[in-house]
Amino acid sequence: MLVARFLRFWWTFIVGDDWRVALGIAVALGLSAVFVKAGVPAWWLVPLGAVLLLADSLRRATRAT
Amino acid sequence: MTSALLFISTFLASGVEFVEALTIVLALGITRGWRSPLVGTAAAALTLGVIVAALGPALTLVPIDVLRLVVGALLLAFGLQWLRKAILRSSGYTALHDEEEAFRLETEQARQAGAGRRAGLDWYAFTLAFKGVLLEGLEVAFIVVTFGSSERNIPLAALAGVSALLLVVLAGVALRAPLARVPENTIKFSVGVLLTTFGTFWGAEGTGVSWPGDELALPAIVAFIALSSLALVKLLERRRVRIPAEAHA
Repeated sequence: MLVARFLRFWWTFIVGDDWRVALGIAVALGLSAVFVKAGVPAWWLVPLGAVLLLADSLRRATRAT
Repeated sequence: MTSALLFISTFLASGVEFVEALTIVLALGITRGWRSPLVGTAAAALTLGVIVAALGPALTLVPIDVLRLVVGALLLAFGLQWLRKAILRSSGYTALHDEEEAFRLETEQARQAGAGRRAGLDWYAFTLAFKGVLLEGLEVAFIVVTFGSSERNIPLAALAGVSALLLVVLAGVALRAPLARVPENTIKFSVGVLLTTFGTFWGAEGTGVSWPGDELALPAIVAFIALSSLALVKLLERRRVRIPAEAHA
């Protein structure tokens, strides 16, 4: 019970209201690493990914209202 | 430049969190006396100090690329959470946080709570102040530790956090009222932009990216995230106005 509360606290603290954003960040950083390994310039990927993730999260949050 | 941005980000983020903690402590102090809430606040501050003192030096032992990747990912998660909330509030989808209303509710609950005593303290006031300051301060400690360790400058990040704490405490002592005039959502929006910027910069660096212009890329990322976020506020505002109009048509 205590462990579950502890885990729930950290989940809320780090992941927050939308887990898809956290997953999207991991995917964007993973893709960035793959691009760098392949020798493709990837500096644009994470900032663009961040804005797209934010827009998508807001779209879903406001669709219900 | 990174140091200046680091200081500003930590100072603003800490300030917003401390304003919320101050509201809780003030409500308890005014309704139930000052001793127990102040002891609770001191205990929470001590706990936060131990967290920063223990985690800070430990993180400097982690290789810088690994550290920046992990810290970048965490700051991106944090920054996007802050921005999401601030944009929803700015565009009118959720209500603005009202510090006076929060103070009124805290005061009412503090008046109605029982008067149990433990260890010579008003236990309700002690635990509520401790929990409030610890939870609000945990985010501050997290930002101080992550920013400080990624830039190998924990003292500067800690100085920014302590400066914000002093400013909020002085303002609270002077006013003896919640800091309702602090433009909280604007600050949260700015902090969201800065956290997302540092998260983007360090996270990408951690994956091996070389930024064009190195640290000079930071202002460009700030501008990109800020302008995109403002555009999202405008888009949502327009949508919020249009949808009821269409519903009535």
